Amino acid sequence: MSLISVEGVTVGYAGGPALRDLTMRIERGEIVTVIGPNGSGKSTLIKTILGVLTPTKGRVSRERGLSIGYVPQELAIDASLPMTVARFLSLPRRQDTALIVEMLRRVGVPTVADKQLSSLSGGQFQRVLLARALLARPDILILDEPTQGLDQPGVAAFYRLIEEVRQEMGCAILLVSHDLHVVMSATDRVICLNGHICCEGAPDAVMDAPEYRALFGEGTGGALALYQHHHDHDHDHGPEHAH
Amino acid sequence: MTALLNDFLVRATLAGIGLALAAGPLGCFVVWRRMAYFGDATAHAAVLGVALALAFDVSVFAGTSLVALAMALAVSSLASRGHAMDTSLGVLSHAALAIGLVAISFVPAVRVDLSAYLFGDILAVGVGDLAVIWGGALAVCALLAWRWSSLLAATLNADLASSAGIDPKREQLVLTLAMAVVVALAIKVVGALLIAAMLIIPAAAARGISRSPEGMAVSAVALAAISVVGGLQGSLAFDTPAGPSIVATAAALFALSLVVSQARSRAR
Repeated sequence: MSLISVEGVTVGYAGGPALRDLTMRIERGEIVTVIGPNGSGKSTLIKTILGVLTPTKGRVSRERGLSIGYVPQELAIDASLPMTVARFLSLPRRQDTALIVEMLRRVGVPTVADKQLSSLSGGQFQRVLLARALLARPDILILDEPTQGLDQPGVAAFYRLIEEVRQEMGCAILLVSHDLHVVMSATDRVICLNGHICCEGAPDAVMDAPEYRALFGEGTGGALALYQHHHDHDHDHGPEHAH
Repeated sequence: MTALLNDFLVRATLAGIGLALAAGPLGCFVVWRRMAYFGDATAHAAVLGVALALAFDVSVFAGTSLVALAMALAVSSLASRGHAMDTSLGVLSHAALAIGLVAISFVPAVRVDLSAYLFGDILAVGVGDLAVIWGGALAVCALLAWRWSSLLAATLNADLASSAGIDPKREQLVLTLAMAVVVALAIKVVGALLIAAMLIIPAAAARGISRSPEGMAVSAVALAAISVVGGLQGSLAFDTPAGPSIVATAAALFALSLVVSQARSRAR
């Protein structure tokens, strides 16, 4: 059985469905990257998988006893809430102090355990969030645009870290990203999302797919195309198709 | 002990400390979750609760806690549907206050002292009130202590809490319930207009001197209790209204905490 399987899922907001009839699976140990323009339903997909949103149609099933490590997009901690990093990592379940220290060392922020959350830099905070997700001993790590607010070297270092950690722990990864190039080098399978699955497959195959080009443009112009693109076409084929 | 309780000032002090016990930790969540206006709306609804309780001849505590609970539920369901909270809370809060005042005007004046409900009547607290206040406050403390970790996790980030198997909506409901009870307890102590102040000001003052959420909750209780004692003594010495004097003392402590935390951060 797959770790997570999403079958024929439609999720609606007041303004119409954010996801339509979406089917996908994630297998043990696999790295899956979801890309798509703003408003394409990426975060909706993550929230549906986490169980925050309930699909209006279809179903999401998780393997029994599945442990999910979730790294959110950006976590705005209200400055009025005093909390040390160590305490944060022990919420909601108490963690062994030695384990916390070890995990913080592993993600490259060995000295922050007693610091206040509000005093961390963006890069430190993302690493703390990763440590928190890893402490759950996840079968799957779900990362929702985890490098927003990091500079270029920070982004590269963060993805290297994720790759290393995955090799050590063997967990599957579901990554939502805008960082197209980094994504392509590390991932097993890419899902190109725009309310539905536009195309899906190995990174090379997806890059050549006309649907991908329609969505992201060609070559390095892609980043620009991301903001100019208006997605008004509708595929008349199913959500999964071979390339 | 009974002789001690015969002194109105002892009863008033104990009532205030009972309120501080519940308002301290709940007030921290109000500050962390930016629910200040939520507290106001719930407290204002309590005035309507008073009117209804008098009209239907039920206990004021029951009336205020029920109407406050209805208001708190209405507000949190609006919030979860993503309405523009600032405006809708403003409408609800002031409408509840105005309708409550209108409703109370129908009750014969001999039966109701309006200012006692608006500004509190802590010096008239009886032994029975004291039992209700302490019972309610301990219940709220027990509820918050039981849900503490889940509440904190849900306050940090709803999605993160969901991924750890916590239902943020249920935790919101816990706070909603606690809020309704605290409002019903506090109306006698500081009055409907100043309940939100007793939630926010001690918690805000505690922020500057705390390094952990638990520390902040305990400090908020201590600061609220000091405000009660100081406010009551001041009210006696200068012949000022008790409820507002308590809140004014809390505000002074808040100002002091700003100075202390600034001095600390400069020393670092």
